[in-house]
Amino acid sequence: MEPVKASEEEVLARAEELIKEMQKGNEQTVAQLLDYVHTARENLLFQEVGKMTRQLHNALESFRQDSRIESLAEHDIPDARQRLSYVIEMTQKSADRTLNAVEETMPMAEKIAEQAGKLSKTWKRFRNRELSVEQFRDLSASIETFLTDIERDSSVMKTNLNDVLMAQDFQDLTGQIITRVITLVEEVEGNLVELVRLTGDRFVKPIEAPEMDTAPEGPAVPGTGRSDVVADQDEVDDLLSSLGF
Amino acid sequence: MKILIVDDFSTMRRIIKNLLRDLGFGNTHEADDGATALPMLKSGDFDFLVTDWNMPGMQGIDLLKAVRADAKLSSLPVLMVTAESKRDQIVEAAQAGVNGYIVKPFTAQTLKEKIDKIWERIEAA
Repeated sequence: MEPVKASEEEVLARAEELIKEMQKGNEQTVAQLLDYVHTARENLLFQEVGKMTRQLHNALESFRQDSRIESLAEHDIPDARQRLSYVIEMTQKSADRTLNAVEETMPMAEKIAEQAGKLSKTWKRFRNRELSVEQFRDLSASIETFLTDIERDSSVMKTNLNDVLMAQDFQDLTGQIITRVITLVEEVEGNLVELVRLTGDRFVKPIEAPEMDTAPEGPAVPGTGRSDVVADQDEVDDLLSSLGF
Repeated sequence: MKILIVDDFSTMRRIIKNLLRDLGFGNTHEADDGATALPMLKSGDFDFLVTDWNMPGMQGIDLLKAVRADAKLSSLPVLMVTAESKRDQIVEAAQAGVNGYIVKPFTAQTLKEKIDKIWERIEAA
């Protein structure tokens, strides 16, 4: 009586036999058969648990041995972090360079506009023959200074505008870096999905949204179809006016 | 008119500073978060506050609440200029007593409109 590996069919046959023996009232045989069925069930269960454990072990082992995952964690992710830091650095430098150029150019443009306005008024008076000889001499000197200033300032302005132009060279580089990081994120995502599938945890309870969510999360990306964020300034204004603003 | 600009990114502070200067507000000062801004406001007779929301240290929303809770500062006009665009956040800012709310990215025209509107309302009151 050592049924180490009994199939479902064998157990079923013995169970039918058991009923017959019970009807006959053959107590000794009944006890033996009960014993057999019980042990067979237990062994089947152990076999199943054993099989599942082995599968899980193999799956986790293959994950552990997958050198791609190892290199993702050890190399690619830190590398992506470095690249993204470089993106921040480049965009910051570009913004600073642009702002420097703009801040230097703006007062020059303002000064030119102001001086041109003044000169144009006096010039009109001259055309209307309203200026004295003395006043005309002043006007003539002002025009000369103005022209010298414009010649000098416009050259600086041109250099600054060129600097603004050159400061945009980051876009090409940051674009390439970010594209690579997106590819990496997709790969990591694929691996995570596979891991979740293997561990069988497919029915994750959705996280319930809190009643009022005001934790800062940075800019919302357009086109993601979220209903809890506003799409533009008009929607902000509508919301505020609905609140009595 | 003395204005305090609070944002953790120096680039954004410079942009707002330049836009304000262009609108005729040349007297601007800067702080990089609420914790730096609050003592400046308390001791500096500012007429207007422009603040971001998401900053390390003290957040803009907490700065707004602190300003409203301070007897001396409670009526200071506050304009929020932020990338935070959740409806709940805008409602919270409104409830906390913000005077205007601009979402980034924004235009010079929007900034002008909101500032004009705030002053109109203050003068009408």
